[in-house]
Parts: sequence; structure tokens; C-alpha cells
Amino acid sequence: MSVSSKAMTPPSSYDDATSPLRGEGWFKWSEWQLALPLALAFAALFLAPLAMLVAVSFFADDKFQQAGFGSWVKFFTDPFSYKIIADTLLLGVKTVGATILVGYPLALVYLDLPARLQKVLLFIIVLPLLLSVVVRTFAWIVVLGREGLLNSLLLSLGLISEPLKLLQTELGLVIALTQIEMPLMLLPLISVMSRLDPNLRDASAALGASRWRTLFKVIVPLSMPGLIAGCLLVFASSTTAFISQTVIGGVRLIYLPLVIWQQGLVVYHWPLAAVVSLALVVSVLSVIAALSWLNRRSSGHLHG
Amino acid sequence: MARRRSFADLSYALVIGAIALVAVLIIVTPVIVVLMTSFTENRTLKFPPTGFSLQWYAQLFDPVASRPIQRAASNSVEIACFSTLLGVVLATGASLGLSRSRSRLARAADSFFMSPLVLPGITYGLAALVYFSLLGFSPSLNLIVAGHLIVTMPFILRTTTASLTQLDPALLDSSASLGASWPYTLRRVTLPLIAPGIAAGAFLAFMASIDNVPVSLFLSNARTEVLPMRMWGMMESTLDVRVAAVSGVLIAAAFLLMLVMEWTVGLTRRMRD
Repeated sequence: MSVSSKAMTPPSSYDDATSPLRGEGWFKWSEWQLALPLALAFAALFLAPLAMLVAVSFFADDKFQQAGFGSWVKFFTDPFSYKIIADTLLLGVKTVGATILVGYPLALVYLDLPARLQKVLLFIIVLPLLLSVVVRTFAWIVVLGREGLLNSLLLSLGLISEPLKLLQTELGLVIALTQIEMPLMLLPLISVMSRLDPNLRDASAALGASRWRTLFKVIVPLSMPGLIAGCLLVFASSTTAFISQTVIGGVRLIYLPLVIWQQGLVVYHWPLAAVVSLALVVSVLSVIAALSWLNRRSSGHLHG
Repeated sequence: MARRRSFADLSYALVIGAIALVAVLIIVTPVIVVLMTSFTENRTLKFPPTGFSLQWYAQLFDPVASRPIQRAASNSVEIACFSTLLGVVLATGASLGLSRSRSRLARAADSFFMSPLVLPGITYGLAALVYFSLLGFSPSLNLIVAGHLIVTMPFILRTTTASLTQLDPALLDSSASLGASWPYTLRRVTLPLIAPGIAAGAFLAFMASIDNVPVSLFLSNARTEVLPMRMWGMMESTLDVRVAAVSGVLIAAAFLLMLVMEWTVGLTRRMRD
């Protein structure tokens, strides 16, 4: 029998309490010696590029001659921009909804499985995550295409008389993204759920609650941190999934990453590309910040 | 304890079970479909595939016709090796230094180092392109390694920090009180104990680099093309069935690597925790 390593190790707060020698100082050189190379690499290869991206956005033209807010004005006075932002965020919301709808029951089933089968299921869940996004996107072209699996199946069952158009529609894109992003929803969910005390469910059942009532009154509230973490990951990943969006969605469905790519590598208008990519960061991060705030509130509610 | 078999409980089992089954099908079907398609005799991606042939795999290993794919694949592996190696060195150092620190700056640095995971990759890709171009660097594999290092390093930092915080400090204290120097303790106690964590993170970082699209999209060009970009090109233009064969090879490789990592370091457990 394997015992989860989680159960054997004390929580980190206990760990901290046993080492009172460590001060609460602000900066300790001894700690930073080993971290310095990474800090320098991040300064040079992460902070500096992002700072330069912000700087570049304050030019109005692609030759970097006119400084000013021109590119910002150009993007934010175009009503079409708001539609693209809204479509991008909505795509994220739809994908999150679909992954919860399909993924949450799977996480529940995982909890009830014996340990050996849990391992197999976890392996199945994780494997797609390690497959290239391009491979997963390609797989959905084969499934959703005119002569693909889904249409062949529906035709032979007599449910439809001619092939459905699923590629280059938002429905097809959401279906594909549901599979592509599902591991990101399931991993944090399963992580939180398998730490729940099983006695809570037994107690709820012993007190006469049906399994549905136990689900909505006990399991869902307690798994909220995992659910929200999953939503964060799926939302951030699906709104920026360039390859899936362009290959399955086609060129008629326009999302922010496509605009960034066009402006950055086709038109070479870098200031405008910078503005669009910063708009993407701000819109995605503000949704993420709102979700994390909800998360803190819900966990505060549970412990308080 | 006898369980009441009410209608509600039965409907729960049916509904949850059915959706979970759909979920497993959604996860698994595309992978199986691609594998089946890669053995087709046809020139199209028709499903179900007709016949059985290895022609697409044979074409893939044809040195003339598939030279661009092969070069893209070797570029990808090279980039993934270097960025993972650098990532392991930098992340292990930072983790050893900062993971046990309670100072506010160390905590802030920790979330800063993890931030490439939440920042939209395409924004960082564009930023890296603008930065390197304006500094006058010409496109090269080294620049892609640098970009991949930033976006894949957090995987290594996360698993390494997790193993370090689970490490019993008493082990380090006893090593020190028995007279071991700090480097000796590091080499003989700390590193062997956190090695599985580092290895799991390195594996995830390696796969993330092979898989990376947003950074490669901006930093690679025709000369420094990487595998996902090549496959994207093949999918956009002609829907070449060779993409199915490449996918087949990648699926087999990911499956084997994951089995190995599962046996050696318990990968899925580390990803779940």
C-alpha cells in the first residue's frame, strides 16, 4: 500500500514554527547568493523585454519616429477592438464552463475509485497535457472535419443527413479547447478533493443527506479553491491558445492573439501589436485577479 | 454501514457516471483517432481510415522529402535540452536559497519567478522579439533557448521548491552537527533527497519547451524552425497526412517518457500535489 506523501509530512506552518532561528528580515545576502543568477536572468530576459514592450507601445508609427499615445488611441477608438476583446474573454468563459461541466464529475468519480484505478485515471488525465498542443489541435481537425469521426458517426446513425460544419465555428473550437484544457481543470480539482476528509461525506450521508445534497452542500464548497485554481488556468490558457484558435477557428473568428500575430509578424506594426498584447494581458489578468479575490474570500469564509 | 439506495442516489450515480464517461471519451478519443489515421492508405484525413500502411511514417523518415521536419525536430530537441539544463541549474540554486526564507522579498521573488506561467505567452513572445531585435540580435537558436528558459523554468522551480519544503530540516541539522560542511551536506544529503523533484520539474520543462508555441512563434524563422511551427505550417497549407505520422511519433514518445518518469519519480503524484 502506498501512503500519500502528503499525509506523512507536516504542513509548512509547523515546519516554520520549529525553526525559530529564522528571522523575518527583509533581505538576507546568504539567501540571495544562490538565487542571484536566476534573478539576473529574469531581469535581463523577462523584465527588460516587458518594459521595452510597454515603451514601444508609446509610439504611433512602425518606424518609431513619433512618440505618443497614437497606437493606444487607434486601438481603443475602434469599436471592432471591443468586440474582439469581448469575444476573446467569452471564449475563455465558455471553455471554463465546458471544462467544469465535463471535468467536475470526472473528478468526483476519481475520488470514489480504488487506489490502483486512481493511478490509471490520473495517467489518462495527464497524458494529453504532455502531448503537443499542435498534436491535440490536429487531432480535433480529424474528429470535427467534414469526413471526420463525429460526422461519420452521426451520418451512419442517421441523426443528420449531411455533414455538420464544425471546423471554423466557435462551437467546434470550444469542443476542442475543452479537451485541450481539461487537464488544467482536473489537476488542481483532484489535488484539493483528495485532501478532503472522507469522514465529511460519510457524516453527511449518515445524517440522511442524499448524494446530490452532499455534493452541493459539502463537496462543492470545500473544493472551491481547486475549482477556482482550475478556472484560472483554463481561462488564461484558452484565451491565449493561438494555434487552436487559428487552426480550428479559422480566420473568420478573430481573437486577440491573432491580431497580435498579424500586427507583430505580418504587418510589422510593433507599437500596435504591443498595445494589443498589453490589452490581452490586462483583460486576462483582471479576470484572474477577480477570481483569486473570490478564492481568498471563499477560503476565508471556510476557515473563519 | 448499509447505504440507503434511494432514487436520488441512483440518479446521482447515473448522471455523474455518464458525464465522467463522456469526459474520458473526450480526453482519449482524439489521441486514438490520430493514431489510427496515421496508418491510413488514403491521402486524406477521412475517418474511418481505409486500409493499413506505414507509408506516412516511411515518408517521415525519408531524408529528402522530409528534411525540413527532421531539422525542425532536431532544433526542438536541442533547444529543449539547453533550456532545461539552464533552467535546472538556475531554479535549483534559487530554490535552495529562497525556499526556506520567510523574508518578504524572498516570497515576492518566488511569485515573480512563477509569473511567466500566468502571463499570456504570446505577450512575452512579442516582447522577446521586440527586445532582441531592437538590441540588434539576429534570430538564432540561442535566443529561442533564452525565451524558452523563462517560460519553462517555473515548472522546475515549483517541483524543486515543493521537495525542499517537504525535506525534514532535522536531517540538515544532524548533518551539520556531525561536522559536515555546507557543500558536503548539499551534495550528500540535500541534493539526493530533492533529486526526484528536480527530475520531475525538468521533465515537465523539457516537454513544455518541445511543445512551446507562443515564444517560438515570434523567435523562430525559416532557418531556426522548431517542430510545432513546422507542423502548424503543414496543417495550415495542405493538411498533409504526415502531420498524423509526426503526431503518432510524438504520442508514442510522450507515452514512453511518461511511463519512465512515473516509475522513477512518481510524476503524476507531483503534478497533482
